[in-house]
Amino acid sequence: MKKIEAIIKPFKLEEVKEALSELGIEGMTVTEVKGFGRQKGHTEIYRGSEYTVDFLPKIKIEIVLNDDLVDNASNAIVKAAKTGKIGDGKIFISTVEEAIRIRTEETGDKAV
Amino acid sequence: MSNLLSRLACVGAFVVLSAVPASALESKPTPTVEQRLAAMEAYFQNTDPAAALVDANGKTPAGLTTPAVGVPGPGHNTWMMLSAAAVLFMTLPGLAIFYGGLVRRKNVLSVLAQCLGVTTLVTVIWWAVGYSLAFAPGGGALGRIFGGLDYAFLRGVTSVPNCAYSPWVSHNVYAMFQMMFAIITPALIVGAVAERMRFQAILTFVGLWMFVVYIPITHMAWGVDGLMNGVWNPHAAIRAIDFAGGTVVEMASGWSSLVLCLIVGKRMNYGKELFAPHSMVFCMVGAGMLWVGWYGFNAGSAVAADGVASNAFLTTTLAGAVASGTWALAEYFVRGKASVLGFCSGIVAGLVAITPACGFVNASGAMLIGILGGVIPFLAVYKLKAWFKYDDSLDVFGVHGVAGTLGMLMTGLLADVAVNPNLAGVAAQANGLAKLVNNGLWIEQLKAMGLTFLVATVGTALVAYAVRAMMAVRITPEEEHSGLDLSEHGEEGYIL
Repeated sequence: MKKIEAIIKPFKLEEVKEALSELGIEGMTVTEVKGFGRQKGHTEIYRGSEYTVDFLPKIKIEIVLNDDLVDNASNAIVKAAKTGKIGDGKIFISTVEEAIRIRTEETGDKAV
Repeated sequence: MSNLLSRLACVGAFVVLSAVPASALESKPTPTVEQRLAAMEAYFQNTDPAAALVDANGKTPAGLTTPAVGVPGPGHNTWMMLSAAAVLFMTLPGLAIFYGGLVRRKNVLSVLAQCLGVTTLVTVIWWAVGYSLAFAPGGGALGRIFGGLDYAFLRGVTSVPNCAYSPWVSHNVYAMFQMMFAIITPALIVGAVAERMRFQAILTFVGLWMFVVYIPITHMAWGVDGLMNGVWNPHAAIRAIDFAGGTVVEMASGWSSLVLCLIVGKRMNYGKELFAPHSMVFCMVGAGMLWVGWYGFNAGSAVAADGVASNAFLTTTLAGAVASGTWALAEYFVRGKASVLGFCSGIVAGLVAITPACGFVNASGAMLIGILGGVIPFLAVYKLKAWFKYDDSLDVFGVHGVAGTLGMLMTGLLADVAVNPNLAGVAAQANGLAKLVNNGLWIEQLKAMGLTFLVATVGTALVAYAVRAMMAVRITPEEEHSGLDLSEHGEEGYIL
């Protein structure tokens, strides 16, 4: 069992969601987040006052899935979320020890 | 004395007056008490005071005038200044806040900015040549469609009434009243392409659209020698009637909106995401402001504080209120719930439908228009849009286009000469309109509607493709996602 955490540009969410659905991935958790990487922030001016925008809005998608789906899923996310410009985001993959479906109390792969 | 004869007489009187040499003025004739009284009574009749000075030969003796001639009448002028202000209030903030509430929160400022941008742009156009091209006498064949340049840069548009449009309202007040109509009409179109069109592209579109669509339709419907000005132009080719802008404002904006939203294309993720209004409270506040402002729009279109205006005040109220409830009721039957958006949409649809009719139909006619004005636009918004899958963001076509078209037709069927004697006035007698009332007037209305439809759709397509050739019309998907407030205007509506 693995967890994929993908930080993407907000306007790419719909495309990423569709790409993952096509792979048969049945669920995901999405959070609106703010952050920066190498893209950094930028300076803007409003009514004569200069200010820096450090944290840019991003979307974080979390999916937990069986090991054999991980490569396809991460490839699909890259393909759908890529614009080629700085700020496209990152994908982190980690191992998950256990999953439990609350309603049925199933565990492991069956609960994912 | 009929309105039109008096209007012509007024123009004649001014020509005579201005041609009088200085020597003649020294020994100018004095009016009789009867003439002075008649000139003052003309104020109550909303007729031309100069008509009282005409002698048995139909001429005004050189230099003869009274203090009532060549000045605005206080009551009529007051009403028209208030009406003009009320019509501006419909746009700022009425329509802006109505539209602002209907979009998502990330786009609220963009529609406000678009309404503000349209207001300032149209004001400059109106001052330069817009008013003149719409309302100056045209002369010749092209003059039925466009006015001349007599009033360019508002030259000669002073506080003295222009009898072609009103014997008692200052010409400059009339020009400003009409300017408010010229502002709200393109501002309405903004709603059809909300949440996706570039600010510069919208303003460029509006700047061109005013000349290609708004000005010709206005001159044809309301210009003194307009092609389809049945009530006031004795030579009107189409004897149609449009009291407050069924063609000029509602059909022009509605049909143009449909064409423009098809050319601009759908919003990103249309049909996948719910584009719910971000503030129904704003929407309701805006709809209420529109309703109040509409009294200036409709009753003000009498261009006098007279009996016709009183009737328009009544019919406007009835149709707006009835359509609001009808829309909500229809929604209750279809969805099981009556929504605030339904009540508000019904208000606007009913007011649109009564717009061309308000000064021509009686209370019963207004009730019928109110019911149809609630049901038919409701069906357009709920069914037609779903079938054809066009993304008219804020239903400008469904409400203004459909209800405006309906209202024009109903005006032809329900016009009542007892409500508005001008339907049998001198111009209406001369061009044959008087005989058509209750007797086939709806066919003339269909001709005017067809012409308006053609000018609006073809004109909008030409202008929209021209703008698309000049610049990017759409914002990028990334900007569309983050919202037009930030990407186009660099500010946010709410920082909470």
